[in-house]
Amino acid sequence: MNKLLEIKNLTVSYDHDVILKDANLVVEKDDFLGVIGPNGGGKTTLIKALLGLVKPAKGEIVFHIPETRIGYLPQINQIDKRFPITVLDVVRSGKTDRRSFSLFSNSKEEISHADSLLKEMGVLHLRDKAIGELSGGQMQRVFLCRSLMNRPELLILDEPDTFVDNQFESELYDKLKELNERMAIILVSHDVGTISYYVKTIACVNRGVHYHPSNVISTEQLASYNCPLQIITHGEIPHTVLSLHENHDHNHGHHH
Amino acid sequence: MGTIIDLFHYDFFLNAFWASLFAAITCGIVGTYIVARRIVFISGGITHASFGGIGIGYFLGWNPLFGAAIFSVLSGLGIQYFTRAGRLREDSSIAIWWSLGMAIGIIFIYLSPGYAPNLMSYLFGSILTVSSTEIWIMAGLSLVLVAFFTLMYRAILYVAFNEEFAKTTGLPVNLINYILISLIAVTIVMNIRVVGIILIMSLLTLPQATANLFTHDFRHMMLYSVGFAFIGSFAGLLFSFYADIPSGASIIFTLVLLFGIMKGVTLLLNRQKRNHAR
Repeated sequence: MNKLLEIKNLTVSYDHDVILKDANLVVEKDDFLGVIGPNGGGKTTLIKALLGLVKPAKGEIVFHIPETRIGYLPQINQIDKRFPITVLDVVRSGKTDRRSFSLFSNSKEEISHADSLLKEMGVLHLRDKAIGELSGGQMQRVFLCRSLMNRPELLILDEPDTFVDNQFESELYDKLKELNERMAIILVSHDVGTISYYVKTIACVNRGVHYHPSNVISTEQLASYNCPLQIITHGEIPHTVLSLHENHDHNHGHHH
Repeated sequence: MGTIIDLFHYDFFLNAFWASLFAAITCGIVGTYIVARRIVFISGGITHASFGGIGIGYFLGWNPLFGAAIFSVLSGLGIQYFTRAGRLREDSSIAIWWSLGMAIGIIFIYLSPGYAPNLMSYLFGSILTVSSTEIWIMAGLSLVLVAFFTLMYRAILYVAFNEEFAKTTGLPVNLINYILISLIAVTIVMNIRVVGIILIMSLLTLPQATANLFTHDFRHMMLYSVGFAFIGSFAGLLFSFYADIPSGASIIFTLVLLFGIMKGVTLLLNRQKRNHAR
């Protein structure tokens, strides 16, 4: 069985506002799932539910992997950029199941793993800098290292393409494609056009989750998913309407 | 006017010396956490809320610091609880505790029979009248803080830096937050005698701002803050002694001066570095 996790009839609400309703989704081993949807549609809530940060009002999430094997890259605006912390410590904070939190516990294995990740992302020379001294792109690389610190089987990224330059953006997506050989990836983005070039499947989140088992999605389909998004067209990317669309096995949530 | 060594023959001065050392250790460590997390305003709320406890302590004839301890811990936890569970905006929650504590303090001191002679020492501190018992309590608190921040260093750092992410790595974020807010409250109360309610905020922020000029590493910031806090409070103590001015105000003044001097030093160093680079 290659299922990593299953979301079953998940409903999440804040106060009395229902953010997600009866959402269903299965994440499998080699998935590279793009999550799109309008602002306030529940993209971030879906992710927070996956990470155990919000309690579902109804439904459940069944994990087939340990929850600690999920890597997470939060939105960068969550971070206090003037916090007195070094790059190395940021990366090390991604490690769970540590035996000691002591100031003097500096496991060689942990540090060399952090170093190798920093090296892989090309930011090893920044390891002793304060996080605030880095550019947006460098910072995202460091946070990507942090999310990989636990050798995850599933990597969740919440809008990693905000506040970074175009060059870093394409480098990042190439990197993710490479990482996808080792782990499943869920990528939340508002830029459908760009991510559809990299992802394998798409889920549109707008109160419900509409799963689309292909990276090719049309404006009409988005409309039928009640997913009012504008597709940003990039020359080479095919945005053809799949005529057999209706025959696909969709994991629809209920419309309301 | 004798030498500094001669001063150590006086018990009151020796006590004041120890008080400034332990104030430096406790405020240096806790203040680094407060500044890094940007919860200076919460600390202000706790500090002022503790005045309510002082008032009730006077009224009931208890040691006012005992009342202050209860009030500051309650307000610390209360601010967090109101914000989290009551869905109140954090700064509003702080303001409620801040003003309520001050109001309760004023009412009970007014209702207490007779004049409250030591009131000024709680508002502005009086390091020269600190008792040996208080020194021992502060030494104990220093030990607890050093142990806690050493043994739990990474948990504290990670929760402070990115609470939500820390939750996803399985850290007991709420528990750590509650423990730390309680330690902040206790630290504030124990330092009320040294610099007073009005001036305590500076011992929790000025040495840290000075340390921040030289480092962006949390652990070094704690260490340097303790150092700067000690230099500032001991120099301030001497200054108050020779100039015969109130010690709390003198310590704060020295801390600001120290920050100014160090800021100048870093500016000069940076200019030199730039000239070298040219």
